[in-house]
Amino acid sequence: MVKRHVVGAHYGLRDWLVQRVTAVIMLVYTLGVVAFILCANGASYEAWQELFACTWVKVVTTISITALLWHAWVGVRDIWMDYIQHVGVRLTMHVLTLLWLIGSLIYMVKVVWGVA
Amino acid sequence: MQKARPKHLALWQIRLPLPGIVSILHRISGALMFAAIPFMLYALEGTLSSAERFAAFKECIAHPVTKLFLLAVLWAYLHHACAGTRFLFLDIHKGTDLKTARVTAYIVLAVSLSLTAIIGALTW
Ligand code: HEM
Repeated sequence: MVKRHVVGAHYGLRDWLVQRVTAVIMLVYTLGVVAFILCANGASYEAWQELFACTWVKVVTTISITALLWHAWVGVRDIWMDYIQHVGVRLTMHVLTLLWLIGSLIYMVKVVWGVA
Repeated sequence: MQKARPKHLALWQIRLPLPGIVSILHRISGALMFAAIPFMLYALEGTLSSAERFAAFKECIAHPVTKLFLLAVLWAYLHHACAGTRFLFLDIHKGTDLKTARVTAYIVLAVSLSLTAIIGALTW
């Protein structure tokens, strides 16, 4: 009989790939922001606000931070799976982690799309 | 016959090689950034807020405790991104021989620590 363990939803190759794709998205976004700061010579308050007033910047930022949150979900869940043997405690930590990240997602949308 | 194995890990007796240190710091930095997410979003909100709120925000990040926290997160991001990039190359079987792996581990540690120190000095 196959012994199945409760570890939370899907894991394995799919999540391994998700973690790598999201890592590359974050790297590209980071290089873009760094390039902007270097070109804008320290990025003044006005230049920074103008940048984030562009819809495409908001879209790209939303995608990148969503990638970050998904990446963090896979990563932090891996950490809980490594260290917490007790199923109940582990599932609780998974749920709390998800709530933390979903809360952050909602807050992120407010921050990024809140500015005119 | 089965060999007797240690029943528990004596963490303070483990001497990690350099790539091992980079690896565990990658995990620690990831966990640290996870905890910091809402606070970093709050900081982003501060940089995007109106002129008056921005002035208050600037005062908040001028506090030494806030600065130390931001520098810790900066180090975490730099280390995690550099070490993560190194892992991505290892994944596609680049730089897996012992000598290269040690050199790249050293570079990851040195680059993220010195960039943090430089940016910290410039913005203090
Ligand atoms: C440019 C940015 C980033 C890159 C290139 C990157 C890269 C990676 C890679 C390749 C892994 C997989 C390592 C492995 O399987 O052993 C990983 C794991 C992880 N990442 Fe990231 N990451 C980035 C940003 C972030 C951010 C912003 C967070 C948190 C908010 C984060 C949290 C984590 C966590 C918690 C893990 C799991 C660590 C472990 O299992 O030891 N990462 N990252």
